[in-house]
This record gives sequence, structure tokens and C-alpha cells, in this order.
Amino acid sequence: MAPQQRKPHVCRNPDLIRGVGKYSRSKMYHKRGLWAIKAKNGGAFPKHEKKAVAAAPAEKPPKFYPADDVKKPLVNKRKARLTKLRASITPGTVLIILAGRFKGKRVVFLKQLTSGLLLVTGPFKINGVPLRRVNQSYVIATSTKVDISGVNVEKFDDKYFGKQVEKKKKKGEGEFFEAEKEEKNTLPQDKKDDQKSVDAALVKSIEAVPDLKSYLGARFSLKAGMKPHELVF
Amino acid sequence: MPFKRYVEIGRIALVNYGKDYGKLVVIVDVIDQNRALVDSPDMVRSQINFKRLTLTDIKIDINRVPKKKTLVAALEAADVKNKWESSSWGRKLIVQKKRASLNDFDRFKVMLAKIKKAGVIRQELANLKKQTTA
Repeated sequence: MAPQQRKPHVCRNPDLIRGVGKYSRSKMYHKRGLWAIKAKNGGAFPKHEKKAVAAAPAEKPPKFYPADDVKKPLVNKRKARLTKLRASITPGTVLIILAGRFKGKRVVFLKQLTSGLLLVTGPFKINGVPLRRVNQSYVIATSTKVDISGVNVEKFDDKYFGKQVEKKKKKGEGEFFEAEKEEKNTLPQDKKDDQKSVDAALVKSIEAVPDLKSYLGARFSLKAGMKPHELVF
Repeated sequence: MPFKRYVEIGRIALVNYGKDYGKLVVIVDVIDQNRALVDSPDMVRSQINFKRLTLTDIKIDINRVPKKKTLVAALEAADVKNKWESSSWGRKLIVQKKRASLNDFDRFKVMLAKIKKAGVIRQELANLKKQTTA
């Protein structure tokens, strides 16, 4: 019997208090009309036939029992979700980085990557911060916003920032080691070009606002009398 | 040193403690030795301890416990808001509020402006010094 679309029924047995209905079991039996359904079916309640369960193939006892009982780890069905981005951080916000090599630097936020980290750029020409990932917890969001509409950040993701995989295996050390070290230190040219293309549009919109360029070039620091919990950023 | 500011009906006071901190209120009645009935256009008429008030120089002309409409009209007529905002005390409070609400970028711009102003002053001083020695 396919379920029909019925109008949602008002409760047949209203609560007097929580846990106590107005009508007794026998009254509810009558109200639900179970007597009528039984009568239609000739005295007994209509039953579906049970579906025949296919007989499971006979299992052979296992050939090998491990010596010790190994505990299986508990089932974990949790899924990682994208880190919630603070409401104050929107694309184009100026952020203050609080830790690491660039602590105190004011940078422009571009987008949140799938790992949860924030993609950020100096711009490089202004304060020396390249396209970089930064954790949301190590950042103060200011209320200053930069117009970011001319910048295309589609191509940047976590893999772009991953460590470059070593292709050649190091067999001989000594002379070989020096040669490899030189290769690692220089940035590949395409990354430099990416930086330039992102910064070109950004710098234009930054220069449109007076003093914003020198603001981004300066580092933030707490001076005497500044109380961080009272400051408005 | 006689007192200059008295608690009287119509005296404008500044609330310095409590929920209405920073508001200008009018004393509309005196309840007893410690408490007054105060009123303001944007609050419900309520009692407040004198210790929570700081008297100002401004006084308006009202009867004891006026109706809200009369009070608002009297405040408008005496131009309390402008008098307060042009007084040095009122101006100081406005500056404090503005400073507290400054953005990080605003604080940077203020710093630049201060440096510029100091530079101009120093330039003028140097010129004046040159004139006196020359």
C-alpha cells in the first residue's frame, strides 16, 4: 500500500499534562477506528505477509585465528568541516599578522582556502609579504577594506603552497649536495609572475585611497597607553 | 571658596556611574538628602543618588516635575545641547569619544598628521630663530 498524501491530522489525544493524555487506551482504540478496520478485514487486523528471506550461504569456520585478541579502534564518523571564518574577515579586509616572520605586518586578505587557512598578500611591493597562507587565529581583522574586485584568485589552493616534491634521488653526497641546495633557494619564475599579476590590480585600488599605501607598509605595534581590549580595530 | 553649582530644580547634571553613564540629565525634583528625581528626553524619569551625578554649569527654567513634553520644550528653548557641546568640558568628552572609536587606519592617519604638524611648527621655529640671530 503506497503511502498517500494526507492532510496533517490534529492530535487525537491532547495532553492534559506532559505524559498524560486525555483519552484512555480503549477510548483511543475506538477513536482511531481500529474496530472498523478489523471489521472490514473480517475480525482480524490486516497483516502483510513476511517477505521470504533468502537463506544465507553456510559460512565456513575461518582457517586462522590470531593469537591475541586485537582491539579494533572505535568507529569515527566525524567529518572535518571548513573552519568558520570570522564575520569581520571578508575578501579585501586588511589583517594584522601577529606571529611569525611577518608579525605586525598589515596585509590584504584574499580568500579562505579549503584547508581553512587564509590566503593573504602584502602586496609584495608594498611590505614584502608574498602570497602566503596564514591561520585565522594568528590574525587581527581591522575594519579597513580594500577593493579586491580586479583580482583573480581562482587558481590558488593548498596544493600551490605545498612543498615541492624531490624528483631526483640523491645518490652521491658532497658535491651533489651543494648543487641541489642552489636549486632550492630560488623561487620558480611562475610564482613570481603570479605574485605580480595579483599585486598589479591590488596596488591600483590601494593607491586610490590616500595614505593606505604607507599604512600597509608600516608595522603595527602596541605603544604606551594602548589597551588592546579597548582598541577598536 | 563658595559653591557655584547648586542642586536645584532644572540643574543639568552628568551621570558618572551606572546604566546611564555619560548622559546629561535634568534634576526635576529632590527626593531626600541623597537622591534626586532626574529626567532626560531619551530616558524614563527615575531616581538617582547624588553621588552618581556631577553637576554642570547649565540650568534651565522648569517647574517641579514637569511633563515630558514641557521638559523637552524647555531643553530646546535653553539650547542645552549646543551650550554643552561648545563648553570646554563637553568638547573634551566629544574628543575622548572620538579617540576611543578610532579605527587602526584612523590612528595611523592621526599619527601622520601629528608628525606633519610638528614638522611645520619646527620649521617656523627654525625660521624665527634665524631671524633673531640674523
